[in-house]
Amino acid sequence: MARMNVNPTRMELSKLRGKLISARRGHKLLKDKRDELMRRFMDMVRENQKLRREVEEAIRKANAHIAVAGSVMQRQQLETALMLPKQEVELNISEQNVMSVRIPVFEATFRSSDTNDIYSYGTAFTSSDLDDAVKALSEVFPKMIRLAEVEKSCQLMADEIEKTRRRVNALEHIMIPDYEDTIKFITMKLSENERSTATSLLKVKDMVLKRSHDYH
Amino acid sequence: MYKAAVVGDRESISGFAALGLSVFPVSSADETAKLVNRLAENNFAVIYITEAAAAEIDDTIAKYRNRRLPAIILIPAISGNTGNGMKNLHEAVEKAVGSDILN
Repeated sequence: MARMNVNPTRMELSKLRGKLISARRGHKLLKDKRDELMRRFMDMVRENQKLRREVEEAIRKANAHIAVAGSVMQRQQLETALMLPKQEVELNISEQNVMSVRIPVFEATFRSSDTNDIYSYGTAFTSSDLDDAVKALSEVFPKMIRLAEVEKSCQLMADEIEKTRRRVNALEHIMIPDYEDTIKFITMKLSENERSTATSLLKVKDMVLKRSHDYH
Repeated sequence: MYKAAVVGDRESISGFAALGLSVFPVSSADETAKLVNRLAENNFAVIYITEAAAAEIDDTIAKYRNRRLPAIILIPAISGNTGNGMKNLHEAVEKAVGSDILN
């Protein structure tokens, strides 16, 4: 119960009524926005979770292969083999607007169009485990790009949902009740003034009648 | 045109070089933080970073979390999966929903 510090006049009253109407409309819109964002967010989070499991598993396998390759080959040989890649990845970024959250969409383009053309080394001096590792990584790479996209979107949406929730709560629990209380206060004050004017008029009328006619 | 980077210890990230990603081996937390900042300014849209390296530079990663770019994505290092990547996801859910409702 907190009313605002305003003068109880008709002008303030009509101003406040206007504000209350837009606050209610804003509250409804923001609530809808929050609900829709939440629905999209939950879909995205589930996809994120699934992708992350798959990517982590694939990288774990690739790492195991690399560890074996590292034990068979010399460190330097291993690095030389991987150092000069045949492929090169570039990212195109576009934007998607989800309930006014701008989320990125990544699209990877490769320098060489043949996605199997990934082995940057001859097979003579390298372990076959290295081939397996590179193969496993290249297979999971599209998922890694998608993971980046989805995970970033989740972070941005979580932030926006939190903000929207705060706004909804502020409108619902503070601004709208404040407006209502103040409007009530002003209407009460105004009708009180009216009654007080009416009674004093009656009183004055009595006094005038009494004086002019000596009338009881 | 944007690029993708992989940051972490040398063993964990060398495999990604073959895919045509830019790899950046790092050894200290200080170096990692500087590197991530530099990459973020230089057209790297996605930075994959090993969980081990990321654990040391929480502040830097938090700084980029609410920016549109770059996306900093945790991946397991050769030393094993610490579960930090999944933990971040749970944190995002908690932030949005108010409680962790993922199973």
